[in-house]
Amino acid sequence: MKRGASPAPFDRLAPADRPYFDRWGNGLVVVLPAQPPGPGGWGRGGPPHGGAWIHLGEDGRARAFTGKADVGQGTRTALSLLVAEELRLPLSSVDLTMGDTDVCPWDMGTFGSRSMPDAAQHLRRTGAATRKVLLELAARSLGLPPEDVELSEGRARAGGRKSSRAVTYGDLVRGLRRVEIVPPSTEPLPPSEWTRAGHPSASIGGVEIVTGRRKYASDLHPSGMLFGKILFPPTYGAKLLSVDLSRARAMDGVTALRDGDFVAVAAPDMLAARAAVRALDAEWEPTPQPSHKDIVAFLRDHPVSGEDFWDVIHHATGDVDAALAAAPVTLQATYTTAYIAHVPMETHTVLAAWEGERLTVWMGGQTPFRARDAISDALGLNPSNVHVVIPPTGSGFGGKHASDLAVGAARLAKAAGHPVRIAYTRQEEFTQAYFRPMAVIDIRSGAKKDGTITAWQFEDINAGAAAARIPYNVANQKIGNQPVASPLPQGSYRALAATANNFARESHMDELAARVGADPVEYRLRHLADDRLAGVLRAVIERAGWKARKGSGARRAKNGLGRGVAVGLEKEGRVATFAEVRVHEDRRLEVVRIVTGFECGAIVHPSNLQNQVEGGTIMALGGALFESVQFEDGRILNPRLSQYRVPRFRDVPSIEVLLLDRPDLPSQGGGETPLIAVAPAIANAIYDATGTRLRSLPLAPDGTVPSPL
Amino acid sequence: MNGKEHPISLDRDRSLLYVLREELGLTGTKYGCGEGECGACKVLLDGVAVRACKTPIGEAVGRSITTIEGLAQGDRLHPVQQAFVETSAFQCGFCIPGMIIASVSLLSQNPRPSEEEIRVAMDGNICRCCGYLRIVRAVQRASQLSGATNREATR
Repeated sequence: MKRGASPAPFDRLAPADRPYFDRWGNGLVVVLPAQPPGPGGWGRGGPPHGGAWIHLGEDGRARAFTGKADVGQGTRTALSLLVAEELRLPLSSVDLTMGDTDVCPWDMGTFGSRSMPDAAQHLRRTGAATRKVLLELAARSLGLPPEDVELSEGRARAGGRKSSRAVTYGDLVRGLRRVEIVPPSTEPLPPSEWTRAGHPSASIGGVEIVTGRRKYASDLHPSGMLFGKILFPPTYGAKLLSVDLSRARAMDGVTALRDGDFVAVAAPDMLAARAAVRALDAEWEPTPQPSHKDIVAFLRDHPVSGEDFWDVIHHATGDVDAALAAAPVTLQATYTTAYIAHVPMETHTVLAAWEGERLTVWMGGQTPFRARDAISDALGLNPSNVHVVIPPTGSGFGGKHASDLAVGAARLAKAAGHPVRIAYTRQEEFTQAYFRPMAVIDIRSGAKKDGTITAWQFEDINAGAAAARIPYNVANQKIGNQPVASPLPQGSYRALAATANNFARESHMDELAARVGADPVEYRLRHLADDRLAGVLRAVIERAGWKARKGSGARRAKNGLGRGVAVGLEKEGRVATFAEVRVHEDRRLEVVRIVTGFECGAIVHPSNLQNQVEGGTIMALGGALFESVQFEDGRILNPRLSQYRVPRFRDVPSIEVLLLDRPDLPSQGGGETPLIAVAPAIANAIYDATGTRLRSLPLAPDGTVPSPL
Repeated sequence: MNGKEHPISLDRDRSLLYVLREELGLTGTKYGCGEGECGACKVLLDGVAVRACKTPIGEAVGRSITTIEGLAQGDRLHPVQQAFVETSAFQCGFCIPGMIIASVSLLSQNPRPSEEEIRVAMDGNICRCCGYLRIVRAVQRASQLSGATNREATR
């Protein structure tokens, strides 16, 4: 690699000027250029989006590149299958590089279930354009018109003739150094023509995982590496008044650094690093902080006007005030969800290593290009001298979007003159990472005597906008989202606000159905404005054996059994969940059975989607039943796995997953939306079993359902 | 250690996990919590699964330690590893070495566990991706594969 000469990083060079062939050898390169944000945040040609490119080499292998990262959601296999599909190559002939800023196209980050609707489409179109060039090359080589050439398993031959002369892709591109841009008109293969994607396939990487050979960021240990440790404030909001580094600096091999509020040490041994951070003499000034006990009132009292992601959204149709005033049936209720933690199995980890002026950072994360820009801004570096790599990452769930740890590790490594790895302890992960926002949601609704909903007023405080809009036909609606000055750090999370907003709406729908004496399934179907969602609900209740309910709602069934349903429409995925619970005589809650139906367009990798829906359903059980961050005076009270309970083997009920494949519709993400109907389905089942309506998540933190007052 | 002797000159109180990962480069064994709650650091000590984060190196001296790196024989995967690959019983994969060690330990004591016995025995291992259903299936498959291997061996 040329040293320090490059004025711009790889992704910012014009597609034709990038050193593809010096790095990967002769061949054919096809590029779908990314659209990075311009000044002010938006690109000239519309909203920013990632890109893709493919190098087809003389060895006949396809090297495909995307800026997305796979942190466990399984996109590596799904995206590789799509490239193999478009190129008519075996899966084993595709190498997909993800999340590496030195070689991948720019990408804004891996979040929002965008890997399938965005990266997959970019790679499919790039693959389709590559296939077209291969057909032209093959036609010339075989002396046939392109339409008579057939591509299969990495070879081109005359179509329909088994014994005809074949030429390998490697031979077709031999000696080439050709770069093509994907023509705008390029259409990928329709899913109905897929032979690999959409069919059973093993997941990539299994052997490395089961043998322990797979290297996560926390497993990297270059020669001379030091262990970094950060001095964190003892409580949220505490201000650093002073710190004396001299005792730590006097310790053997220890580097201590202060840069503004960032104070950290590096030492040759983990225990030495811990001792050094304890030897930092720091003075802190605490600020008053609320407790989880009075957090609802605190959030109501601390509104802020929103910006960017946390923007206040308002959606209004009709006249909700007049409709509420006129409605013979009205209902008003408040629903809350707790702050919860991501708890990725691999804690936040960054390794930073300098080689002269050039910095390489390996980080478990979801936003490599954001990290590169943050580091180059903070340290005043040319972005071409900052290389961020996302190695295999021990999950993220939306919790690994921040770049501050990467910036800190880079500073510390520079000061120490050695590579530095900073890895959070589990306790640091619980206290220094951000949380899923707590939500307080007020709903007022009005209905006619026959149950038809006429008014829907929905105000979400703090959770965010996702899934706040309703999938039901209601003439008069007002929907708003009020951002709040959260006392705890908060940010992205798997399904984010959709879980809270869906819990509130689907609980409230059940309350309305009970009030007007309607069956909860029929009541939803009567109002649903989305046929695809109605189809998912019908499939789920058929599997579950739903029996229509009449009268006041709660069945007060024998044996404490209760059943509930909920639906959700988010990120273009449709989900319906059925839950059956048993509330025992001692009020102990047992989730007996869950049926989740999910539809997200054309299914690319059925086994992985099944895995995502099963895992997402179980992860959602944690937030539904018992996960909750406790805090007081600026401290987290349960920052350990022995104190913060996550789902385990014995929490898993009978789970059935129904995947509805729609090859006629674009593929959407499946990592988030399957979670969002679990909590309301369980709350509705608890009501059915007991007549007790629970409006706060977690529903049963101590494992029991409260007795009716 | 995985069939080889490693002379170690370290404080006997050092955790086995730290020594494995940072001194011996055996990074397949993972840190997850440091308090014995998650099982990501499980290794076999004389054939029984223990949590390396709570095991002082002094307790392991002179005993047989098998880590995830020591299960396969060359390119031939252990039946439990084979079962996890066949069933794609992983998402991010970080918990899987600990899950496999726990499974090997379980199957050595109970070669034909019921689904309920698997859940109870594995309850000390956390998968935050919550791929529990797949992992149960992988252990059941491993039980079949191990049975087949044993029948072959005694034939």
